[in-house]
Amino acid sequence: MISPTKSEAAPETGLEPRADASIVIEHVTVRYRVPIDPALSLKEYAIRRLTGRVRYVDHDALQDVSVTVGRGDAMGVIGPNGAGKTTLLRLVARVLSPTGGRVRVRGRVAPILDIVGAFHPELTGRENIFLNGTLLGLGHRDIAARFDRIVQFAEPDAFIDAPVRTYSSGMVARLGFAVASDVDPEILVIDETLGVGDERFQVKFAARLDDFRRHGTTLLLVSHDMHSIVRLCSRAIWIDRGRLRMAGSAADVAAAYLAAQHP
Amino acid sequence: MEPVAQAYDYDSAHRPPPFTREIVELVRYRDLVRHLVARNIKVRYKRSVLGVAWSILSPLLTMVVLSVVFSALFRTAAPDYPVYLLPGLLMWNFFAQTTSVMAAEIVGGADFWRRIYTPRTVFGVATVVTGLVHLALAMVPLAGLLVVYRAPWGLSLVVVPFAATCAAMFALGIGLVVSSLARYFADVVDLYQVVLTAWMYVTPVIYPRDIVPGQYQWLFRANPMTYVVESFRTPIYAHRFPSPDVLLADFAIAFVTLVAGWWLFTRTADDLPYKV
Repeated sequence: MISPTKSEAAPETGLEPRADASIVIEHVTVRYRVPIDPALSLKEYAIRRLTGRVRYVDHDALQDVSVTVGRGDAMGVIGPNGAGKTTLLRLVARVLSPTGGRVRVRGRVAPILDIVGAFHPELTGRENIFLNGTLLGLGHRDIAARFDRIVQFAEPDAFIDAPVRTYSSGMVARLGFAVASDVDPEILVIDETLGVGDERFQVKFAARLDDFRRHGTTLLLVSHDMHSIVRLCSRAIWIDRGRLRMAGSAADVAAAYLAAQHP
Repeated sequence: MEPVAQAYDYDSAHRPPPFTREIVELVRYRDLVRHLVARNIKVRYKRSVLGVAWSILSPLLTMVVLSVVFSALFRTAAPDYPVYLLPGLLMWNFFAQTTSVMAAEIVGGADFWRRIYTPRTVFGVATVVTGLVHLALAMVPLAGLLVVYRAPWGLSLVVVPFAATCAAMFALGIGLVVSSLARYFADVVDLYQVVLTAWMYVTPVIYPRDIVPGQYQWLFRANPMTYVVESFRTPIYAHRFPSPDVLLADFAIAFVTLVAGWWLFTRTADDLPYKV
């Protein structure tokens, strides 16, 4: 409760890259150029260009953010909606390159939960397992070797050779998580704010996360649930309007965040 | 400075040039291409009663319609008109469909690329390979047509796979250019359909090249699709090897287009998640 916001000069996260760091984010800025009146068509753009009316505003989703996550560490990311938490995950997952600063990642990154949306309803569970495994960068043979284990975890109530559109949303979530968490990731990137799955899924999800933590997998977890942050993470950062507001132990940051919500 | 800096798998500040990086990544994700092709084919046929037979039937039906309309017109310029028409039609459809689907998929997949990393060219390459599979299936009715018309089967048919490869390279190149533009302006996809219609009329697909007056022949010489279509059709329809300069032009155009498209697409690929 009495942990003051760390000064920007010496954040406790350890700005200096350490030899065992899995994720090093240094002074990263992500700047979106947003057209003031979105000109989505070529025709409109050409007209505006000719009349000199293409104007942009720069929106910084992240501004000079630095974080280092050591190997095997669990880092929680908290902050209000639109603060830049998901943008941070996208940087680590390589889908976004920073407009300023530097991002370095060591090890295979598995973006858990995001994968669920990549299922094709017309394909069978089996076909989707292979498609999604390859989407995560696995080879066909790697997936074949893991196939039984994935199915066992997912426990599809329906037949594995039935189209996924016949599955319940909970089953789809379990199957997606089963594939994504079976790629032997060195870094798990989890956006829990997406909140998918039924209760049975949540239980398996938590159990598997604990399993990963025991085996020393690095974890980057975005969540609105301070209980999961404190339970799973040793450290946490608080991002507010694109800036690093606080960094420290998960308990301290969660407490300060909650205190700020209910002054 | 930092002895460990080299050991990172990903460093946003030190990335190989996009052109070669994408080739390396594509090879690493080759199994994904394979499963995307399987998905494209399965999904297309899963809910249709005739299944794969559509691949064979639909070009045949188009050919029948066009033959009824145009056979009398081109009786002397293109005898055995259906045998003239079908190869060109298959080649044109391959090109038109592959490039349109590619642009639509890459624009529609923007949300996907904000969430999961894959090499951005996998969908384009998978679309072209899917098109090649359909083209290969369509060889069955084409062979049937040759039998019906008692066309001779000559050694020149070995050119057909070469021509199909060039067509695939050309389609991938054009598809990547259109996709690159479509990422910035969504109406490019619609505009491209208009371009395709106009493009087909200056390509000798439905009518024989000879019926067009001499002063317009330069249009065909300047049109890359003329070489793509003729390299494919000449061995099938005229039972002879296309002239070396046609084959050379076909390959050179396809190669240069592919390199240009690849360069443009990979150069702008990092902007993709920034487009809202």
